[in-house]
Amino acid sequence: MDKQDITARRAEAWREELRKSKKAKERTDIPRVTMPELDAAYRVTCNEEVNQGLTEEQALVEAQRCLDCPEPTCMTGCPVEINIPTFIKHIEKGEFMAAAATLKETSSLPAVCGRVCPQEKQCESQCFYVKKLHKQPVAIGYLERFAADYSRQHDTGELPAVKPSNGIKVAVAGSGPAGLSFAGDMVKLGYDVTVFEALHEIGGVLKYGIPEFRLPNAVVDVEIDTLRRMGVKFVTDCIIGKTLSYDDLHQMGFKAIFVGSGAGLPRFMNIPGENLIGIMSSNEYLTRVNLMGASHADWDTPVLSGKRVAVIGGGNTAMDSVRTALRLGAETAMIVYRRSEEEMPARVEEVAHAKAEGVQFMTLHNPVEYLGDENGRVRAMRLQKMELGEPDESGRRSPVPIEGAIEEIAVDTVIVSVGVSPNPLIPNAISGLEISRRGTIVVDEATMRSCLPDIYAGGDIVRGGATVILAMGDGRRAAAAMHARLQGEEA
Amino acid sequence: MNRIISKEYFSERVVKLVVEAPLIAKARRAGHFVIVRVGEKGERIPLTIAEADTQAGTITLVVQAVGKSTQKLCALNPGEYVTDVVGPLGQATRIAKVGTVVCCGGGVGVAPLLPIVQAMKAAGNRVVSVLAARSKDLIILEEEIRRSSDEVIIMTDDGSYGEKGLVTQGVEKVILREKVDACVTIGPAVMMKFVAQLTARYNIPTEASLNAIMVDGTGMCGACRVTVGGKMRFVCIDGPEFDAHQVDFDELMMRLRSYKGLE
Repeated sequence: MDKQDITARRAEAWREELRKSKKAKERTDIPRVTMPELDAAYRVTCNEEVNQGLTEEQALVEAQRCLDCPEPTCMTGCPVEINIPTFIKHIEKGEFMAAAATLKETSSLPAVCGRVCPQEKQCESQCFYVKKLHKQPVAIGYLERFAADYSRQHDTGELPAVKPSNGIKVAVAGSGPAGLSFAGDMVKLGYDVTVFEALHEIGGVLKYGIPEFRLPNAVVDVEIDTLRRMGVKFVTDCIIGKTLSYDDLHQMGFKAIFVGSGAGLPRFMNIPGENLIGIMSSNEYLTRVNLMGASHADWDTPVLSGKRVAVIGGGNTAMDSVRTALRLGAETAMIVYRRSEEEMPARVEEVAHAKAEGVQFMTLHNPVEYLGDENGRVRAMRLQKMELGEPDESGRRSPVPIEGAIEEIAVDTVIVSVGVSPNPLIPNAISGLEISRRGTIVVDEATMRSCLPDIYAGGDIVRGGATVILAMGDGRRAAAAMHARLQGEEA
Repeated sequence: MNRIISKEYFSERVVKLVVEAPLIAKARRAGHFVIVRVGEKGERIPLTIAEADTQAGTITLVVQAVGKSTQKLCALNPGEYVTDVVGPLGQATRIAKVGTVVCCGGGVGVAPLLPIVQAMKAAGNRVVSVLAARSKDLIILEEEIRRSSDEVIIMTDDGSYGEKGLVTQGVEKVILREKVDACVTIGPAVMMKFVAQLTARYNIPTEASLNAIMVDGTGMCGACRVTVGGKMRFVCIDGPEFDAHQVDFDELMMRLRSYKGLE
């Protein structure tokens, strides 16, 4: 983070004037804005986005809460180092396009991050309000989304500044958040960037994973289109390590490769009956619905959408799955989680949304077996009741089975959402790449460079299963490091 | 978008398509498959590559129109485009010189068997191919198989061509008459199940190429999971070929019926 730049921008006359226009006390007295959302009873009948976004009036007021701190601790919580006070003060001044331009300096996907980032664990957790005033933080995420949406709705076609082409070709494997973030930074620096995607659509988990009601595809497409107009080339249906080898990429003139191939390998629990019909991974369920349009009658891909659906797991993907099940017509949709709600990794907002929509929460339960009917379709699950014991290595209290406490519950569909492993295609295809025992690509944390000098990696292929924003941060770090190395070579 | 170069009807419902896909043609090995999608609202379906021409930059697919997606694919004509073709996927067949190899294929399973027959022959094996179908008009690629086989045995259910009987009878005939070192089987799951039972009795190492339901084909969804030797494996990235004696074929057949009635 460039401290001098932060200080210099804060010292600009308009910022100073704006700070003085209102007393700090007046600012801190303003209550945090509430996100307008669709009514729960209505939203489960459709796929419309639940969070409606702030109105201009709301954004203008919320932006006043930000104290424009001399040392903006919020920025230390942002993996892509958005200049948070600058963009918020632009909003306060009513300069929404300038706010969006500030976001786009360091983030390739502001409208996405404003929706799916766990801000309560990132920037907002480091806000002065939280740290010193013990008040609710400035709604940085809501404001980010507001500015990004405003600029999309008032698109002038203007693009972020792109340096003249340096003619150096770099390749990206995977078009998810890590790859897109990397591609955005590299194209701004003048590189000739080609993104290779295995699926038929660009966007990775943003398209196949996160549902429309949380992140509309149209929002993702606009951000991708911006990258395309900036000069990024996209190739679908092309798998690095299969369609094109490492050597092929060299022969095609690529000087370096960024691997952002994601965590595309679902975990199962290896319990009896798990291969029965109607039991599937959250990846399969969400891909069928989000990418393959299975909920539309005129799309060819089917999905098993039951009346009694259990989702195993307590993460955001589990919440996405269980809320999708409601929208596909489940009469009962339940979360089965082996710890208590307190330990759930899902965002508080997602859990609250799920509850408001009528999802049942069976915490401290763990499936031990599935039972099928005569056609092999799951008809029931046997759940082991748990209690909380001592904290484990993750710091969360570990669940311990209560002996003999087993319950049988009727279900016709089960979505297993207990995590993912790194996709093995690229680790297996490139010899010499150092792979951890968990199957992740081993990189230097500062540069995201692997043990092969021209291969960088980031996102879930390195982390094993993390968030959109951490993947984007990885992409940015890899871009900076690759740029430094390639310029060193040129010189 | 991949252009269709030529189309040939093997039977009313079985079509051979030669499709432009230069990168896949270059990268593929025997045993590999592709995922194909027809139309923007189409389904992703796996199809094994029957042949490839690196000069022309084409791959050959043999498709049996059994469901909506395969019907759409079979309805395409030369000059038209397949919306998406991605691959090559899966692990290539392990090809080695082992002695005598029986390659048995049923129905359209003969198409993915062809590159394996060719590779086994090229590796110096004696190759006996057993082709099976319900009747004469459903026997496909006989000429191509003959070119790479030392002997071809044809079995038909109705006796309209070759010998009357099941594929297992043809395979057992070879086993009883000469030493067989390995077997490869591709066809309907139930056929592979019985071939596996037969060769297990004679302790002949056997590989089966499984046809599971898939969505992405790259390990992401887990729809294609099968039990092999008591362990969960994914057909798309661990397979499609597995030790046939270890495969739980009953579970595979059950899972293939997952969407029955939904189309």
